[in-house]
Amino acid sequence: MAVRVQTEDFDAGAEITRLRLSRPDTGAVAAFIGQVRDLSEGADISTMTLEHYPGMTEKALERIIQQAGERWDIFDALVIHRIGELKPLDQIVLVLVSGAHRDEAFAACEFIMDYLKTEAPFWKKEQTSTGERWVEARASDDEARQRWMEKH
Amino acid sequence: MLKVLYFARLREAVGVAQEDISPPEAVVDMNGLMAWLAARGGAWQQEFAGSRPLRAAINQELVPNTATFKDGDEIAFFPPVTGG
Repeated sequence: MAVRVQTEDFDAGAEITRLRLSRPDTGAVAAFIGQVRDLSEGADISTMTLEHYPGMTEKALERIIQQAGERWDIFDALVIHRIGELKPLDQIVLVLVSGAHRDEAFAACEFIMDYLKTEAPFWKKEQTSTGERWVEARASDDEARQRWMEKH
Repeated sequence: MLKVLYFARLREAVGVAQEDISPPEAVVDMNGLMAWLAARGGAWQQEFAGSRPLRAAINQELVPNTATFKDGDEIAFFPPVTGG
């Protein structure tokens, strides 16, 4: 289980290979990649700046991964989240989960993303052709997280 | 003494990223601290008087506004998160 918060880009293929080969009883690796879109509410995005709360960010991500590990029978998980200045089509976040079977890997991967979206202290600011603005939190992200509480 | 951090849109609105504060002894929870900060007026009043959504953390853990703090704690205020 590992968490990395970094300005540099990441190589998803290399990370998947590392996770896949780390245990010979691994049968599945689920992956999610988030990237910067080129449009926001109709305005062209030139740059997106990601701010975070050093210290709390790592703690929050580690706890989310730990919760996923308690809930599903997974082997390993990795979260890489980038900070600083990003451009459209840059990768922002990578979530990988390995396990014996796909069901648990898929579910844990989705759980980690839904919790990351609502609990990890990152904030996006968009620079567009019409000026800059802080991205507002979306109610649909809270709803996505809420559904994990209703199960069980 | 409390260390208080402000992030993102909130940091820009109040113009402060970090400060050490010593609120009155009667201020023991996050609701009290927010009211005390709002009393500074101007942008502080706008941000901390309840009209804008705010999240709070004590020692890097998300907390409800009823949470209490103690001397030496690290407090943070920020808008709802938007990572991922």
